[in-house]
Amino acid sequence: MARITLDGIAHAYGRPKTEQDYALKKLDHVWEQGMAYALLGPSGCGKTTLLNIISGLVTPSEGRLLFDERDVTRLPTEQRNIAQVFQFPVIYDTMTVAENLAFPLRNRRVPQPQIDARVAEIAAMLDLTSDLNRRARNLTADAKQKISLGRGLVRSDVSAVLFDEPLTVIDPALKWELRSKLKAVHRALDLLMIYVTHDQIEALTFADRVVVMNDGRAVQIGSPADLFERPEHTFVGYFIGSPGMNFLPAAIEGTTALVDGHRIPLGAAYPTLPGGKIQLGIRPDFALLRRGGGGVPVQVRRIDDLGRRRLAHVTLGSCPLIATVPPDMTLDGSEAAVDLSPAHLHVYVDDHRVEGLAP
Amino acid sequence: MSLVLDHLGLTVAAVPVISEVSLTLERGTMNVLLGPTLAGKTTLMRLMAGLDRPTSGRLLLDGKDITGVPVRRRSVAMVYQQFVNYPTLSVYENIASPLRVAKLAKAEIEARVQSAAKLLRLEKMLDRTPLQLSGGQQQRTAIARALVKRADLVLLDEPLANLDYKLREELREELPRIFAESGAILVYATTEPTEALLLGGNTATLWQGRLSQVGPTASVYRQPRNIDAARVFSDPPLNELALDKRGSAITLADGRQMPAAGPLRDLADGSYRIGFRVDAVRVGGGMPGALSFPGQVSVTEISGSESFVHVDVGLATWVCLVRGVHEWEPGAPAEVHVDPGRIYVFDAAGAVMGQPAERETV
Repeated sequence: MARITLDGIAHAYGRPKTEQDYALKKLDHVWEQGMAYALLGPSGCGKTTLLNIISGLVTPSEGRLLFDERDVTRLPTEQRNIAQVFQFPVIYDTMTVAENLAFPLRNRRVPQPQIDARVAEIAAMLDLTSDLNRRARNLTADAKQKISLGRGLVRSDVSAVLFDEPLTVIDPALKWELRSKLKAVHRALDLLMIYVTHDQIEALTFADRVVVMNDGRAVQIGSPADLFERPEHTFVGYFIGSPGMNFLPAAIEGTTALVDGHRIPLGAAYPTLPGGKIQLGIRPDFALLRRGGGGVPVQVRRIDDLGRRRLAHVTLGSCPLIATVPPDMTLDGSEAAVDLSPAHLHVYVDDHRVEGLAP
Repeated sequence: MSLVLDHLGLTVAAVPVISEVSLTLERGTMNVLLGPTLAGKTTLMRLMAGLDRPTSGRLLLDGKDITGVPVRRRSVAMVYQQFVNYPTLSVYENIASPLRVAKLAKAEIEARVQSAAKLLRLEKMLDRTPLQLSGGQQQRTAIARALVKRADLVLLDEPLANLDYKLREELREELPRIFAESGAILVYATTEPTEALLLGGNTATLWQGRLSQVGPTASVYRQPRNIDAARVFSDPPLNELALDKRGSAITLADGRQMPAAGPLRDLADGSYRIGFRVDAVRVGGGMPGALSFPGQVSVTEISGSESFVHVDVGLATWVCLVRGVHEWEPGAPAEVHVDPGRIYVFDAAGAVMGQPAERETV
């Protein structure tokens, strides 16, 4: 059990000349015991580098890594007391499922009755109970990966459990089930879990806190609701949600935004803004199409019927925007308007969200 | 031009893999093959391409039997789930390769490669090799190569499955436009209902090697003719409930009774199964006239724009849609309200017996 502290951690492969050379840019963060974190971002964002620093596969170029108060920056993996689950199953084919699950405990000479109890508990959580006495060799890839997950979770005394894209090999139809299981396991066990993924559903479902990474930087660390409702960076607005947030070039006058000559009321006041590129951000979910008679006028270019929702691709002035079409709305022609919910309009200066004042 | 699959079948080691598939594909149309993993999508495409020979039925191109014609003598292009490119060739040469094989004139090759590169936004990548590209660009290269060939039949086998979801979102948007201009017969296999809806065109739902329904994509989604089509076209999975109908009441497997509402009202007495999608239910609060079920939350899955609350109602675990990010605690009590106006009713054989009235659309 531990909290893990990143104290000015940064990493470059090779010798860095500029900040751009860092695969992971300077990061201070504390991972709390009992919490589940996800590292989320596209390929090359630095999430795996960060995980490897925590596991000991990579020694950071700068900064210190503390497990509680102990400096482990230069300690090898085996001295860090962590469990790891990888993309592909790591199990012993010749052992039974029960023996596989018991292995990390047996290695540490845990008394047999304790091993039996813990193996039974973990097997029940992962729906492996009926397979306990089967050899691992003959199981499906999905079942094997469940055993890997079980082996990662079976020790209760680890500082952290690290997951590196653990659902990659799982059949899409079964991902639902395993995501649920992992979540339930997190609720049931008091472990610090860190989970690397590029899949937003896995990250948002599993984690209490999601670290969104882009280009070597942690651009926001927040709850799933924070990331959706108050993206602190335009990248978070784009990356979370499907489709991502709309961004419109704007000028701000107090409690009003000006977009291509249209006045849009804001939910807050912005008396002084730092200089830089100003954008107005709103998610498609909070921009509702209407038939005019109020709202901001738009031209409808196309409507996508996604089954349980319809999205209108419109232009506001010359700016493209995606809006939600209310369930029973009909439209004639391409003239329409959008209601932009003031509470969900955000102002970004040079890609960073600026907090407004109560109007 | 049209390609007709006439009672196509394939049996491997006495096991039927594809059964009685009949389908007509017209030039310039997008045809989605929608089905879960192992439903037979790839197998069926290989039969269409001529890579494998069917054990029964015929394949007709413009009325001419081409069943036995090998793939090299057909005009077919295929894009696979894995990004297949020549690693040592430049992007330009990768796209040009089928045209070089066909010994086209240099100027023609140049013109076709440039226009495909423009369509797929690869103009600036033409001098690179595939390994210097992102996954999305690698797959764009493979798609461009399939397009320049101007084949009569273009088969795309889950082309976006191996891409990160943001890239998938982007390319999914562009694909219908890219293909609209090609004039070929397009066949696109996917496991994802959302992808099928975005692609539009026609959809054939495939389940265990059989087509369960064929029609315009949106109407197959809204009016599935049988439970297999409804299941294949639902993600998250279709919520289901078995019941007995007698007079004006329904009885559930645990003996509970409820009024026969919605399309159940007018059905003859008997055993039915109802199915409803995540957006036909509401969790918590109230809903007048709904069929209501007390239950317990097992997990909430969050996609960002949508949250899916899985609720164990005793007889089944159902998935309920909540817009935005809303976390329901595991174990918390939750009542699920099913809108009877949004349910599908299936008979014992799985045929649809009742469904929601068509809603107005834009």
